[in-house]
Amino acid sequence: MLNEFMFILIAVMILVFSVLTVLTRKILRAAVYMLFVLISTAGLYFMLSYNFLAAVQLTVYAGGIVVLIIFSILLTSHLSERAVMAPFKQSLFSALATLAGATLTLVTILRFSFIPNVGADPNFNITDVGNALVSYNREGYALPFEVVSILLLAAMIGSIVVAKKEPTLRDKEAKTDK
Amino acid sequence: MGFNFYDFTALTHNIHVGLVEGFSPFMATTLEWVIVGTAYLLFVALFGLLLVYAERKVCAAFQQRLGPMRVGYWGLLQTIADFIKLLMKELIMPRKADRFLYNLAPFIVIIASFLAIAVIPFAPGLQSLDFDIGLFYLTSVSSVGVIGILLAGWSSNNKYSLIGAMRSGAQILSYELSVSLSLLTMIVFAGSMQFSTIVEGQRDGWYLFTGHIPSLVAFIVFLIAGTAETNRGPFDLAEAESELTAGFHTEYSGIKFAFFFLAEYINLFIISAVAATVFLGGWMPLHFGHLEAFNHAMDVIPPLVWFFLKVFGVIFIIMWFKWTFPRLRVDQILTLEWKYLLPINLINILLMAFIVLTKFHF
Repeated sequence: MLNEFMFILIAVMILVFSVLTVLTRKILRAAVYMLFVLISTAGLYFMLSYNFLAAVQLTVYAGGIVVLIIFSILLTSHLSERAVMAPFKQSLFSALATLAGATLTLVTILRFSFIPNVGADPNFNITDVGNALVSYNREGYALPFEVVSILLLAAMIGSIVVAKKEPTLRDKEAKTDK
Repeated sequence: MGFNFYDFTALTHNIHVGLVEGFSPFMATTLEWVIVGTAYLLFVALFGLLLVYAERKVCAAFQQRLGPMRVGYWGLLQTIADFIKLLMKELIMPRKADRFLYNLAPFIVIIASFLAIAVIPFAPGLQSLDFDIGLFYLTSVSSVGVIGILLAGWSSNNKYSLIGAMRSGAQILSYELSVSLSLLTMIVFAGSMQFSTIVEGQRDGWYLFTGHIPSLVAFIVFLIAGTAETNRGPFDLAEAESELTAGFHTEYSGIKFAFFFLAEYINLFIISAVAATVFLGGWMPLHFGHLEAFNHAMDVIPPLVWFFLKVFGVIFIIMWFKWTFPRLRVDQILTLEWKYLLPINLINILLMAFIVLTKFHF
């Protein structure tokens, strides 16, 4: 009963804050509502006693991505700014598209026959995750892990190159003066 | 119900059994939540007050003053009086602030601290969550706290607050790396992220000593990065009084200001408790390999006392930093992290992995 209560609480939080995220006209509030959605999702993972995924969700999304989003909002916009109200035609068609998407998802979910599950394996722990990550056997993840690492490295180098300042004419002159 | 100062497992177990027998499962769980929550609230409030008092006394000692002396014996009641004053202050609301975010920000900061405190083992049996990902959980929930600081700075509609929040955000984001990497070094050495396993692994000697050089480097890096994480001096440029009035909490008054203030001291406690647990053995008494008599003598002191002795030791070191080092500039802070601490940390992890592989430790 307590489990159901908690699940309903978290589910309602996810739904309400998701809707608020897209409906608010203040951009930072949208980011904060999204933060609540992500934290509630982490709560779902904790409920399933899948602690590792929950902590990853918190670190990567709540502590990482949302912080970066908020940071960029802080740099670019002011408190008094509000998003412009969308024209009627635009809102109508977006609403129709949303409804169609929601119907499609609902129909798919309701037609799928779910197998009752007793929950996560109680013997599962973080050591298994670590071993699977570096194992190169049939069910190991060594190759995807390496590929993702290279992708991240490339992204980091790329961002440094993009952010790097080209030496201006004045800098060059200053150098030749020395 | 016997009360045992050396192991609280029986006590907490008895409370649990008593509640389950006396109430329905729903009520029992709810009551347990209330009891645990109240215990943490009380601990945090009282310990926060004690830390503020300690800070003022330590500061006074460094500046050759006496510090608060008038209220109570040696000024012991001073912080309580200050806190009552803070509770009664008017809550001022800046006129063009974002009301919702402005009120939300202090809660995000303090909730993140509360979530982090849940995994800290005070003594055997006195720990509410013992995840197998304990240390990872701690770093992940404490990374949410910075959002509160950013929101506070932005929603106050004040230039100083905004600049303070930006500085603080940049600083916490960068130093989180060093905190996590230095903890990762110790996870490599301990072979586990679970707090109970980490403490148990230090039965024959603290990791600070058994892991020799890499442990020592990780400890020093952790202390530096931890001080920066808590926004304390010499890394307190986010709330530098002389240039930014008070940084991100300039516009806050009364109990909302008290939340930020309290959260800063809880974070100080958390950083010190993690340092004490991961490097100094947590509640484990000081043991030396084969000195049986000495080890038994040390076992007489209860684990709770050991834990708080170590925590206060680390807290004193961090306060020492604050009152002796001058404040760093923002570029110096970022240089320190990205050009010095990060490379040192990465090399240190490799060294630690090498030492663990070759079993070149005690």
